[in-house]
Amino acid sequence: MLNPASLLDLSISIAFGLVTAALALTLWRLLFGPDKPDRILALDTLYVNAIALLVLVGIHLNSSLYFEAALLIAMMGFVGTVALCKYLLRGDIIE
Amino acid sequence: MKLRLLPHPILTPVLTLIWILLSNSFDPGNLLLGLLLGWAIPIFTLRFWPERIRIHRPLTLLRFIAMLLHDILTANLTVAWLILRGPRRVAPGFVVVPLDLRSDLGISLLANTISLTPGTVSAWLDPERRNLVVHGLNVRNPEALVESIKQRYETPLLEIFEPC
Amino acid sequence: MADSVLDILLAVLILLGGLFTFIGSLGLVRLRDFYSRLHGPTKATTLGVGSLLIASMVHFSLRGEGLSLHELLVTFFLFITAPVSAHLLSKAALHLRVQSVAKMPAIIEEVEEASTRTEPHR
Repeated sequence: MLNPASLLDLSISIAFGLVTAALALTLWRLLFGPDKPDRILALDTLYVNAIALLVLVGIHLNSSLYFEAALLIAMMGFVGTVALCKYLLRGDIIE
Repeated sequence: MKLRLLPHPILTPVLTLIWILLSNSFDPGNLLLGLLLGWAIPIFTLRFWPERIRIHRPLTLLRFIAMLLHDILTANLTVAWLILRGPRRVAPGFVVVPLDLRSDLGISLLANTISLTPGTVSAWLDPERRNLVVHGLNVRNPEALVESIKQRYETPLLEIFEPC
Repeated sequence: MADSVLDILLAVLILLGGLFTFIGSLGLVRLRDFYSRLHGPTKATTLGVGSLLIASMVHFSLRGEGLSLHELLVTFFLFITAPVSAHLLSKAALHLRVQSVAKMPAIIEEVEEASTRTEPHR
């Protein structure tokens, strides 16, 4: 019989597996994506998945320290995506 | 004078709330610091926000947000289902939505709403801001899609930000 | 009793979050053209991470030291930025004329032609 506490641990393990698989899929698109926007999109997804992984680690280790890292990745990732898109659009980032 | 001291009455509470959430503590000292920042930042960044935001119908805005949250949930289920069913069964397509909204804020909110709701991503805005090109993941009936976007999302936004 | 209900709720949220994150990335690999791939990460992944963040919020608020709401900040931030980056990405792709399964609307062609004529692409 499965008790709820071990159910939580089990679900965290499964979610770890799923998110890691998601990271591998994005990495595949990042490496083989035929066009430049594909690679940027993969990078964008990669950082969002990294946030998911960090949040899971936080719950697993019962520590809220990882939250700051997640917030920073969210901000820097967005700025990075915008800068790369702007580079594709204009051929220049800072005009 | 009122405009100088409190240029954006909505931005101030929002910034205060963000500060409180960021520091993750609710003691009065932090609240005071948050209020101070919420008051000072709009004044120092006044040059970036020349337009004053006016919300004309707060109740419509609340109803719009509730509808949006519901649509985001269904959007995700729809898209997840389409992805799982496989690429051969979807019919992607572009549609052009003629815009009635004129303000920058209205158009950007509409574009964001479209991106968050079922199977559509706003893809392109023409330089005159009259047409928004939307990419749909599964477009069977383009006219109906344009009509539903205009009815469901543009009409409330028009009522909230640009009443005639 | 309340504790086990909470555990089950957290488990469901975490599983849903992991599942949606995975489906979003699956869409990135599985769909056929760039514009369709844009849908997976902007919707499914955002909801997946959102639901994981809500799980973390519930977990730390009820098990940790007092109320913990700062996960809301990341959730809001992701929900605000995901459409913006999707729009910019598709704009860049249309500018570079990335191939699409669907037919492109004529209006894009006209404007992009005009802009490349006046301002040659470096």
